[in-house]
Amino acid sequence: MNKRNTIPCRKMFTDTLLELAKQNRNIVTVTTDARGSATLNSFAKELPDQFVELGIQEQNAIGVAAGLASAGKKTFVCGPACFYTARALEQVKVDIAYSANPVKILGVSGGVSYGALGYTHHSLHDIAVLRTFPGMHIVLPCDIYQTKKLVPELVDFSNPVYIRLGRNPVPNVYDDENIKFQIGKANILLDGNDIALIGTGETVYHCLQAGKNLQSHGIMARVIDMHTLKPIDRKIVEKAARETKGIITVEEHSIFGGLGGAVAEIVTQVHPVPMRILGIPDEFVVHGTPLEVFKHYGIESKGIFEVALNFINSNGILK
Amino acid sequence: MLKAKRRKISELQLQAEKIRKRVVEIIFSSKSGHIGGSLSSVEIETVLYFHVMNIDPANPNKETRDRFILSKGHSVEALYSVLAARGFIDDGILNTYGQYKSILEGHPTKKVSGVEHNSGALGHGLSVGVGIAIASKMDKKTFRTYVLMGDGEQGEGSVYEAAISASHYQLDNLVAVIDRNELQISGMTEEVMSLEPMRERWEAFGWEVFNVDGNDITVLMDVFDKLDYNNKKPKLIIAFTTKGCGISFMEKVASWHHGVVNEEQYKEAIKEINERIRNLIERNKEYE
Repeated sequence: MNKRNTIPCRKMFTDTLLELAKQNRNIVTVTTDARGSATLNSFAKELPDQFVELGIQEQNAIGVAAGLASAGKKTFVCGPACFYTARALEQVKVDIAYSANPVKILGVSGGVSYGALGYTHHSLHDIAVLRTFPGMHIVLPCDIYQTKKLVPELVDFSNPVYIRLGRNPVPNVYDDENIKFQIGKANILLDGNDIALIGTGETVYHCLQAGKNLQSHGIMARVIDMHTLKPIDRKIVEKAARETKGIITVEEHSIFGGLGGAVAEIVTQVHPVPMRILGIPDEFVVHGTPLEVFKHYGIESKGIFEVALNFINSNGILK
Repeated sequence: MLKAKRRKISELQLQAEKIRKRVVEIIFSSKSGHIGGSLSSVEIETVLYFHVMNIDPANPNKETRDRFILSKGHSVEALYSVLAARGFIDDGILNTYGQYKSILEGHPTKKVSGVEHNSGALGHGLSVGVGIAIASKMDKKTFRTYVLMGDGEQGEGSVYEAAISASHYQLDNLVAVIDRNELQISGMTEEVMSLEPMRERWEAFGWEVFNVDGNDITVLMDVFDKLDYNNKKPKLIIAFTTKGCGISFMEKVASWHHGVVNEEQYKEAIKEINERIRNLIERNKEYE
């Protein structure tokens, strides 16, 4: 498996979108003085008539995107996740979700991607909030191959979708782009019936590493890539609850209301099993690079592995 | 003035009064609603739906239609009554307003034929209008977008983000109207949060601005008729209106923002409207 990768997912996203947009003049991108961070420079240069720059106006950008979509444009509004899902939240709620305008919101540099820039630039609430908007879909691809598969699915997708991507290149989870991908259908990356590790976005890679390490210690871990958080793949969660002895969720998000919450909502009502929810606790995030932050809160492979061992012992899973 | 135009004006005046009557009726029967701002905006919407806009109630989603967005979504009773009068919805449905499971909610939704956008949170409509207007330009289409805002709504910062972008993109196919009734829920706009000099502020943003009497059908027809849709400027019509217009005891009284008439007030209101309707019907006979 080729782990080396130097392309950020956001670039894979916008490069793929640009190629599609060259063939489909209805595809339009909107940004907010973020063509650099959203990697839209090539798009703006090559397709200026399909590109709408709005300057630093996140609320207006979401409203404008809604208007473009209502007039038939395949609209992608691209910029920092933190601003679109906080400052412009009412526009996302009313003008996109409630008004059923199928805008695709690409939130780049999501989670703690901005690292040292601090809490203003982190988006650790986005999944919890957007999950409560009826009709809204939420997708967190885990690597460039999955990102590349996602983009064409989005163009004619009839619901609004929030896609969260990180800022930096991430290791590949998949071998190439010839992979199965369907919005709303999670993938099992590693099978086992002792415990299940469920990740989303950048934590999927870490779950997979931890899962392999556990298997080498004789603990059969199942690893699930939950790229779509809404609608969540209920079946795969139910199956994990019934077939394994406990579930650990790992997310680059608040421990409240994100992946862990979504999984727990199913597990507790269908087949209760012990769970651990790993993510960012109820505090303002420690200062550091993204990897330092991941390590600090134990949401990278080593931290997950250690929590899993402890979880197994304390719940008597292998007795 | 040509006889045909006088006749059209008189017909629209009658239409506006009939719509005004429906507004009062549905608010009385549902015991809820925003009557003051609905009544102030009746003439604006009547002129748009019966004179200005290229729309077809039988084909409400036609791609080339003009778009109307009610950014001041709380004045929905006027919009529903106009949509019924124009044939987008059945007049009988109006009587379900405010009832359990009615499609007519207290703010506009796209469940209702002719409604372009769900609104109710202030400061959103102009941005959506900008997006539609940009899409129209991208496709070299000729349809136009009209957005009706409240004056109290002008406190929302997002309005000015939209205003900046409309002039940046030279959206001469976009027309905003402000229902300038000078009252908001807590009192006079200038006492709650001053909005003047409104005209100069919008002109400074690059808009072409017109100050008009917003309850005068003739004046409204004239201002829309004279708009230049090719001058690279978005247009703003500041329509000076009377909140509660047409019901003597409601006019210019802030508490009628969302007041509900009792039985006695209802009868008085309908009496006033009926009298004007009778006079207009008489006058219209002259044109037959």
